[in-house]
Amino acid sequence: MTNPTGGYLDAVSGEPLHPAAREAFLAALDRGYADPLRLHGAAREARLLLDRARETVAGELGVLPPEVTFTASGTAAVHQGLLGLLSGRRRVSTRLVHSAVEHSSVLDAGTWWTRHSGGTADGVGVDRLGRVDVDALDEALDTPTGVVAVQAANPEVGTLQPLDEVAERCARHDVPLFSDVAAAAGRTAVPQGWAVAAASAHKWGGPAGVGVLLVRSGARWRAPFPTDDRVDPRTAGFENVPAVLAAAAALEAVAAERDEVAARQRRLVDRIRASVAAIEDVEVVGDPDRRLPHVVTFSCLYVDGETLVTGLDRHGFAVASGSACTASALEPSHVLAAMGALTHGNVRVSLTRDTTDDEVDRFLALLPRVVAEVRERLR
Amino acid sequence: MEADLELDCRGLRCPLPVIRLANAIGDVPEGGTVAVTSDDPAARPDIQAWCRMRGHGYVGEEPAADGVPRFVVRRTAAG
Repeated sequence: MTNPTGGYLDAVSGEPLHPAAREAFLAALDRGYADPLRLHGAAREARLLLDRARETVAGELGVLPPEVTFTASGTAAVHQGLLGLLSGRRRVSTRLVHSAVEHSSVLDAGTWWTRHSGGTADGVGVDRLGRVDVDALDEALDTPTGVVAVQAANPEVGTLQPLDEVAERCARHDVPLFSDVAAAAGRTAVPQGWAVAAASAHKWGGPAGVGVLLVRSGARWRAPFPTDDRVDPRTAGFENVPAVLAAAAALEAVAAERDEVAARQRRLVDRIRASVAAIEDVEVVGDPDRRLPHVVTFSCLYVDGETLVTGLDRHGFAVASGSACTASALEPSHVLAAMGALTHGNVRVSLTRDTTDDEVDRFLALLPRVVAEVRERLR
Repeated sequence: MEADLELDCRGLRCPLPVIRLANAIGDVPEGGTVAVTSDDPAARPDIQAWCRMRGHGYVGEEPAADGVPRFVVRRTAAG
């Protein structure tokens, strides 16, 4: 994946397929095509692979195999997970309380919920580093609440949420916690304390199109959408056995190499943070310590994000941006705005498992030049 | 809210309203105020972030006569 001149620095949007996932996927294409429900040899083979994948994912994410559901995407896992938990609690309260910096899939599910249940969705603020205000959350829970949704880590700025503390406050108010653990899974030990969680395989080097929904036994979760009588009672549709097996293989592989990869990424991100902060009128955002190992985000004053991203792309560097007019959004990032960070001129650099010192060196040499060029043009 | 200098940034996309503000802040004396009228959704967070980064005072926001948000900034000695 190394690029002789540029570099792919957008792992949060999509980590390149892990070699272990590719191998498992190709093998499973030939072995896992049959309907796992049927009563013949090919079906038993597919079922065996599916069960093995479920056991692997359960082991890596700290749950039991029957608590794992594979969905068609991480977004689908969030929607089913959050709405199912809200449905299970609707007799108590139809109110959702979430951090202001949740992923759009959580916010969209909240909007859908308010429209279809007549409930409400209330945001809780974050500090300058993007950490949810636990005392404000506690206060919000003095009003009857169905579900609390707080992510394990923020995918835009890399800040780890104080999930243990959040879980403790939720338990004190007897409100179940939903956690979007997509940004953290495979990168750090996944925190516990939630009733339901969701993750996405392509963020840890598995294939796209595999979401993971985790429902702890004992959680009052009710399927919010139609189900069928296939393998898993929580979801519906024909299982994508090869992709699920590849996702499990990737998760197992990244867990085995996590300490070494995370230490290397942490060192590279520390270098990027220091170097970028030295550029005039550039501010690094997110928690400097309690953060994901592979993510660093910064905003450049007097620069527009779109020109910055396309300028870096011209030199072969792939990065993301939370600024308006980039990606598909006309609105600036709700995460940066909630943190009080500058939303324009924003760049998120996220390292893959094989990002090299050389790529980072070349990126850091190029960045001040591109920033200066954009500033010159806009002045 | 009165201001010593009015900047009409209607129709300008980010980061142009903040660039206009940065270019104009030196035109008012210390303690003076500049108002930026902007319909860009990034103006609200970004003008406040600029004040924090540059050490100027963010006074507040009120809509202009046509309902477009108008943000008032005070020049400080530090800024």
